[in-house]
Amino acid sequence: MLSFIGRSIIQKTITLFFVSIVSFLIIHLAPGKPSQVDPLNPKFTPEIVERFRKEFHLDKPIYVQYVYFYRDLFTGKTVSWKDNQSVLGKIWERFLNSLPLFIVGTIITWTLSFPIGIRSAIFRGGLYDRSATFFSYLLISVPGFFFAYVLIIFVVTHFHVPVIGLKTFGIGDASWLRMIMDRVWHLLLPSVLGATGGIAILSRYVRSQMLEVEGQDYVRTARAKGVPEEQVHYKHALRNALLPFVTMFGLILPGLIGGSVIIESIFSWPGMGRMAYEAILARDYPIILTVNFVSAVLVLAGTFVSDLLYLVVDPRIRL
Amino acid sequence: MKTIGKDSRVDDPMADRRSGIEEFWRLLKQNRLAMIGLTIFGLFFCIALLGLVLTTGRNPAFDPAMVRLQEKLRPPLSRPNLETLRPEEVPRLGVYLFGTDDLGRDVFARMLQGAWVSLTVGFVAVGISVIIGIFMGGISGYFGQNHPSMDTLIMRFVDIMLCFPSFFLILTVVALLPASMYNIMIVIGLTSWMGTTRFVRAEFLSLREQDFVTAARALGVNHWRIIFRHMIPNAMAPVLVSATIGIATAILTEAGLSFLGFGVPPPHATWGSILSDGKRFIFDAPWLTFLPGFAILIVVLSFNLFGEGLRDILNPKLRERY
Repeated sequence: MLSFIGRSIIQKTITLFFVSIVSFLIIHLAPGKPSQVDPLNPKFTPEIVERFRKEFHLDKPIYVQYVYFYRDLFTGKTVSWKDNQSVLGKIWERFLNSLPLFIVGTIITWTLSFPIGIRSAIFRGGLYDRSATFFSYLLISVPGFFFAYVLIIFVVTHFHVPVIGLKTFGIGDASWLRMIMDRVWHLLLPSVLGATGGIAILSRYVRSQMLEVEGQDYVRTARAKGVPEEQVHYKHALRNALLPFVTMFGLILPGLIGGSVIIESIFSWPGMGRMAYEAILARDYPIILTVNFVSAVLVLAGTFVSDLLYLVVDPRIRL
Repeated sequence: MKTIGKDSRVDDPMADRRSGIEEFWRLLKQNRLAMIGLTIFGLFFCIALLGLVLTTGRNPAFDPAMVRLQEKLRPPLSRPNLETLRPEEVPRLGVYLFGTDDLGRDVFARMLQGAWVSLTVGFVAVGISVIIGIFMGGISGYFGQNHPSMDTLIMRFVDIMLCFPSFFLILTVVALLPASMYNIMIVIGLTSWMGTTRFVRAEFLSLREQDFVTAARALGVNHWRIIFRHMIPNAMAPVLVSATIGIATAILTEAGLSFLGFGVPPPHATWGSILSDGKRFIFDAPWLTFLPGFAILIVVLSFNLFGEGLRDILNPKLRERY
């Protein structure tokens, strides 16, 4: 167990190192220079550009830039090129905005997928199963931005509530109940949109796991000895079908920083995804690289957690 | 001496002989959703080809870039106002089938043009990713036993690539590169080969141990011939399934990029960019949002349905269980 943990931490650190190199190379070898973003700006005189390049070490060879950048990142001194603010501070602020979306979206995904998937598996081949299957394909296939507009039109014309942004602009002195309802309405649509793909995929996965287990011999045995149908499904089958999902708790970790670019820009939600998008537009390399690095860390940490959880719940693979 | 009659069934212990393709077709016809998917895909393919023919050239039948400012935001099926238009500006069908956009361009012509973009982006991007995936997975699975370092190298590279958030990576690279349709295809292809690599490697690891590969090796067939002639055809099933679903994903990704303004540069129309341009008029001209939206939805859905059907057909184990 300990050796497994040690080995995988070393392996993941090496992977992370290479991720940092690859992302640095992608950004810096691409055509175009950050000092050329705004060539029409009269303040961008050659002297200023030169000072800018010196300030951010852009005149040094690329491997020196690499060392400087990651030294700054680990000491927390990286600053955005655009407004000279601390990158980690900016990311943290945006992360707190994205967090409610992520939490509500995850809760919606997990609470809806399991009942849908289990019911599909129990009544397999029936009308419910077939329509659930079709709807999950529909949800995977619908482009998020299109679905967003359909939902916005629906909510705005039927419930007459504003949904764009974090909260209604200038709501300042309303009663607390209205404030909360306002926040809930603003939160609801982007989280539902973030959850659609997840619901479709997870419910299909629950269904196939459930079917797999329902075909096992011990389920037949339970049925043969006269255990009530309810108990067979929910006690014998479901508990074993849940095993692989424990590991998925680790795999949702990267979603923390993902924050959908498209959905956040449609809803003007000041979250991670939008910040990353704006950073790309402005060629703000420190932010792009830091977001990339943090998300790589989360991906690796997520797989690590899920491996560990699997080790804990499934004695068969504990070698 | 009496033999069992020639027409007796006992003589013929074999099941009905059916070629693989016949069997495939029979199973496909049973799967209604997959059949619908395939039909829509066929239709889409024809429309996209037709769109390419009708909207390109010096004097296209449907000109997607023809601006008629006096005819802007006309609803679908409305007739053009013939008095204000020059003869060459009158739409070919005598009616704006899908309406016009904010510059008075014929949305039907633009949708036709966009169909070809979606189709090529989907196929080229997936083609690139499948070729890389088969190559990397094949090398890693076939030579992995004798050269473990090569296997490790490739699989670690896969791990590294999987660490990047894919849409964000694509967006970054597309935003940094000059805008063009080919860059988008290449970037989507280069960032989505990891799944195929893993499938192919897993298939190769099991195929390598099978007798027909040992036999081929004993006959002195060289490595590359074994890989390409004997092993890859046997490893194609999961690759085909993931490629079909990959096309759907690539079309969605391209639409998302176009929507954010990083897609195929104007004046070329894509479904994503029509929707993106039309979103400002969502209450006045809802067809600018709904037509491309539903077009993307239907095409992507057909690929997903067909891919899932293919998975059921190509994998006998799944078929039994329903």
